[in-house]
Amino acid sequence: MAVSYFNEMFDGGRVRAPYARLEDWVAAMPPEFRTMKQEEAEALFRRIGITFAVYGEGGDPDRLIPFDMFPRVFTQSEWRRLEKGIKQRARALNAFLVDVYGRGEIVKAGRIPQHLVYGNEAYEKAVAGFTPPKGVYSHIVGIDIVRTGPDDFYVLEDNCRTPSGVSYMLENREIMMRMFPTLFRENRIEPIDSYSEVLRRTLASVAPKKCDHEPTVVILTPGHFNSAYYEHSFLADLMGVELVEAIDLFVEAGFVWMRTTEGPRKVDVIYRRIDDAFLDPLCFRPDSMLGVPGLMDVYRSGGVTIASAPGAGVADDKAVYTFVPEMVRFYLGEEPILQNVPTWQCGRSEDLKYVLDHLPELVVKEVHGSGGYGMLVGPKASKEQIEAFRDKLASDPAGYIAQPTLALSTTPTFVEEGVAPRHVDLRPYCLVGEQIELVPGGLTRVALTEGSLVVNSSQGGGVKDTWVLAE
Amino acid sequence: MILTVSHVTTYHYAAPVRGAVQSLRLTPSRTDGQRTASWMLQVEGGTKGGSFRDGAGDWIESWSVRGPISELRVRVEGTVETTDMAGILRGHREHVSPSAYLRETEATVADTALLTLARDAADGASGGLDLAHRLSTAVSERIAYRPGVTEAHTTAAEALALGEGVCQDHAHALIAMARAQGLPARYASGYLFADASGAPHEAAHAWAEVWVDGLGWIGFDPANRCCPDDRYIRLGSGLDARDAAPIRGVAVGAATESLNVEVAVRAQQQ
Repeated sequence: MAVSYFNEMFDGGRVRAPYARLEDWVAAMPPEFRTMKQEEAEALFRRIGITFAVYGEGGDPDRLIPFDMFPRVFTQSEWRRLEKGIKQRARALNAFLVDVYGRGEIVKAGRIPQHLVYGNEAYEKAVAGFTPPKGVYSHIVGIDIVRTGPDDFYVLEDNCRTPSGVSYMLENREIMMRMFPTLFRENRIEPIDSYSEVLRRTLASVAPKKCDHEPTVVILTPGHFNSAYYEHSFLADLMGVELVEAIDLFVEAGFVWMRTTEGPRKVDVIYRRIDDAFLDPLCFRPDSMLGVPGLMDVYRSGGVTIASAPGAGVADDKAVYTFVPEMVRFYLGEEPILQNVPTWQCGRSEDLKYVLDHLPELVVKEVHGSGGYGMLVGPKASKEQIEAFRDKLASDPAGYIAQPTLALSTTPTFVEEGVAPRHVDLRPYCLVGEQIELVPGGLTRVALTEGSLVVNSSQGGGVKDTWVLAE
Repeated sequence: MILTVSHVTTYHYAAPVRGAVQSLRLTPSRTDGQRTASWMLQVEGGTKGGSFRDGAGDWIESWSVRGPISELRVRVEGTVETTDMAGILRGHREHVSPSAYLRETEATVADTALLTLARDAADGASGGLDLAHRLSTAVSERIAYRPGVTEAHTTAAEALALGEGVCQDHAHALIAMARAQGLPARYASGYLFADASGAPHEAAHAWAEVWVDGLGWIGFDPANRCCPDDRYIRLGSGLDARDAAPIRGVAVGAATESLNVEVAVRAQQQ
């Protein structure tokens, strides 16, 4: 099957403007120098200890994710449009969450099926009727975006709970700057190092009403055995806030307190990196040893802010995803700037029929799956794999969605033989508090295997520095 | 009726614990069928934390106790004026959509036996209200009231297989069957004035509520083959017994604990 892929550097034989200087950079780089730099990068990544599985997709926790030194570049005007689209989506997702835990107007209006919302496993009845400070449920929205043409961007999925990977965005930049300082003098690249300050400000801006002083923000981690622990401690360091485990917190007199050597200190905002189910054994799973007993009562009585808010997951379900453009129209009265990938809900019989008839062309994913596991990429799959999926779809149709196989754009990537195009995606991190902010950049994942469209690190993906050029 | 409640729950710890935190759903619901004249809720030696009305309309109070303690006592006393509303939960403000009560929980999974019983009972039903009544009757007929054979973790399916159980089991079975028939259903906890003697019961009471379009939430008490009337005081609800528990608590460092509950519900002469 001859599919043409949009190459972000080469348009026909011509180099696209944002990559102009990089052409000379690569051309002037001797192979030994490149190898040396690649080894240097790897040593740096090992030294800082960033080896966790990106996006919590499992795999060997000590494995280093391959770093590709060839940056991915956006122009200022490309980025402006992306930024508008991302912020629009983040606003709509939060409006949806406030609505479905409040009056449920979008359901009453028949714009989204009731069972997809209230029957959703991620719908937390316990927070219905409660509106978090500033009406924000998802404070860090990670939106996965792919590109198929100069002006064609599609959203693959939304991550409204605790999207990970931002430490890669920051470290990739740090290491590139250290290794290639001249590149950063020759190109005018928008800085991203304000991320931690913007994150801190965002979290402080959603402190509860009861907080009448400079808010105390903490990061709540499941602990050092968690695959993203590095990122938790990295962000705590950068923000200058405490990294705590549940055992360090307790609840008394309507507030959450942190044990410190100087005695208990009141906590106002908890950036949690643990799932809802493990937050509080008095509200969710009673067998959880990770949680803080009584936390949800403090939260619901306005004594502390939890970011992301418990229950935020109902907005980023793969079945709810289909309705995000509808949310943009319903709540904002605007047309979506970023497009959704057309999606077939296999739980609907007419959709299922289409999917079964077109399996070799489609990508099929589990509704609750992640990390690129358990998915079928039709055009790349064997007959046996396709037949196996036919059976899976027959036994649990509602557990799957299908999408057309997207012609993911490529960017130049260092490979064994030199430089070659490889497919990429993008995850920017949108911060939502009193204001909505987005640092100019994100995490670019790259499928290092030739021809592969799966960028997940568990499936052989790597990461790149992502540049937005200043005007 | 004017009902007076005295409810004391005592936890004894084999070894002193470092502290305890509790989330209490122990305050009467605000409905047209019950008016609270007085109500006192206290954890002895404890500090009151946040309190709020949740999306299901329940009043929740949070308490914590600093240790070491070897005993913890939750004391409830109050008087409620009740009216017979024929089981209908009227005037109760809540934000949770009824369809959020269609999901299964561990305790309310409908196995083949529950599904069959529900289907047989539903045969020929004329509308939601009739269906709910038929399901409740089926539960009453198939699960005999008998204390001591089931425990807190017994599921609806297990209780039906045993053919015996207490109010919690009856409620779970009815909830499982109603949901299987597409009716939102939930667990309600509270008190029941059982007999004029006012003798203390060993536990509080529980029943099920089923959503019927056009009428709203309606209580069914298969254990007593009736709908809740003015002998009942409603405290709160949830997807199952655990979710609706009047007391959810954690003691820090508890090895073994034993529980003693005394409930007395008396009717005042009017």
